[in-house]
Amino acid sequence: MAGTTDLSNRIAIKGLKDGLVVSLGAESTWAEVTEALMARIDAQAAFFQGGRVAVSVGDRLVRSAKLAALRSALSERGITLWAVIGTNPDTVEAARLLGLETSLQQIDEYRELEPIDTEVIGSEGVLVRQTLRSGGTVRHGGHVVVIGDVNPGAEIVAGGDVVVWGRLRGTVHAGAYGDERAVVCALELAPMQLRIAGHIAVSPPNDNRRRPAPEVASVRNGQIVANPWKTR
Amino acid sequence: MSAKVVTITSGKGGVGKTTATANLGVALAGLGHRVVCIDADIGLRNLDVVMGLENRIVYDLVDVVEGRCRLRQAMIKDKRLPELYLVPAAQTRDKTAVSPSDMIRLADEIRPEFDFILIDSPAGIERGFRNAIAPADVVLIVTNPEVSSVRDADRIIGLIEADEKGPGKLVINRVKPEMVQRGEMLSADDVIDILAIELIGIVPEDESVLVASNRGTPTVMDGGSLAGRAFNDIARRLLGEQVPLTLPEASLSWLQRFMRALFGSPNGRGG
Ligand SMILES: Nc1ncnc2c1ncn2[C@@H]1O[C@H](COP(=O)(O)OP(=O)(O)O)[C@@H](O)[C@H]1O
Ligand SMILES: [Mg+2]
Repeated sequence: MAGTTDLSNRIAIKGLKDGLVVSLGAESTWAEVTEALMARIDAQAAFFQGGRVAVSVGDRLVRSAKLAALRSALSERGITLWAVIGTNPDTVEAARLLGLETSLQQIDEYRELEPIDTEVIGSEGVLVRQTLRSGGTVRHGGHVVVIGDVNPGAEIVAGGDVVVWGRLRGTVHAGAYGDERAVVCALELAPMQLRIAGHIAVSPPNDNRRRPAPEVASVRNGQIVANPWKTR
Repeated sequence: MSAKVVTITSGKGGVGKTTATANLGVALAGLGHRVVCIDADIGLRNLDVVMGLENRIVYDLVDVVEGRCRLRQAMIKDKRLPELYLVPAAQTRDKTAVSPSDMIRLADEIRPEFDFILIDSPAGIERGFRNAIAPADVVLIVTNPEVSSVRDADRIIGLIEADEKGPGKLVINRVKPEMVQRGEMLSADDVIDILAIELIGIVPEDESVLVASNRGTPTVMDGGSLAGRAFNDIARRLLGEQVPLTLPEASLSWLQRFMRALFGSPNGRGG
């Protein structure tokens, strides 16, 4: 999926339930990877704003001064450095001294499966199996699939597509990195506000007489349009 | 036997948490149960006023937590009922004087001697709310049939679910049947459609609530009022009784009731 991996492969970003994990490529220097990360953040400020980030540094040795500098660079951009995950004991100790988390149980759940030989290459995303209530937020660089409702006041921001197996009545932004081909589909598509890439739409006042039917929203000729969901 | 801890919360202020706590306390005590009401709204105490016990406060919740008195000493007995007590909130302190673990400890201390511990939560989602739900076995979420109140209730339900305190049970307060009839107010069905949790009671808008709380005699005490009956029904449902849920209708005009009998409720829902 476009947008999940930096072009230079220096960093990779994944979404967890409560934050983002940035993996720093092993081949690049610390200066290169941090520069790539800041560039990525500055390019998509809205996506990162207010979020929290865990940095996965592999086996490199990172001293506390560098971690502290990273933390302040992130905090200047409105992002909290939440955890540093690494295998080097000195790095772990440095992170601990700064009061950062050093392990994420959740990471295991997201460890990549060994790719098997498939004919269709999918793209990355997260699955949320619960109703998102007011104030609930999901942000992910790939696709977001929700099994449940998205209530008014809840928000989804996805680099890719958004699929809601339920009623979508909250706020949703698909293709948040600018991908105009992104779609939003729901069993009942009645979002408070819907954005795809740089386009924005609000639902017409709700019409109780109409029976809800699955719909797909996409960008056609520079406008967001909703159509009945059909596979062909 | 161990008391059931019921926390009454809402997110938004002014929707009727304190009114519900006082009335459910009186109703449960009136049905013969041993009840303690705890006002967890520190800094804005008013459960004592609504229950008419303000003039008897000596110690409060913060005094207990900070060790200036024992919990028993802070419990004010309501002389009108056999077993109803109030632990008042402190007026002068802020919410950080009490922690969630303090609340769990206090609740555990009195659980063996009571049937219900009702906790009146402050508005908001901060520390005071956390304190109030920490010891809860059941959470009642009070909402008004109004978009912003429902939105806040939804947020609270999400937080309670994340805390594994179950989805909670919903009380819809201040329903005006004639406005629902005219389609000018959300109906109970509209509210349930969004919140998707169990409805434990619908309480009508009723002037007697205001009159009663000014007098310090929760409306359940004088029996006949519509809101009082609704709170009594909620108390019985909390006890596990099957009490049918009905939309309060007494304030519908004969014409409205006639139309309703003929054509059913508006939009084919409600009732
Ligand atoms: N069913 C009702 N009918 C009429 N007035 C009500 C009703 N329930 C609550 N009120 C009034 O609404 C106001 C706020 O209620 P209160 O219980 O103090 O709310 P909260 O504790 O949630 O802030 C009070 O003036 C109260 O008398
Ligand atoms: Mg109150």
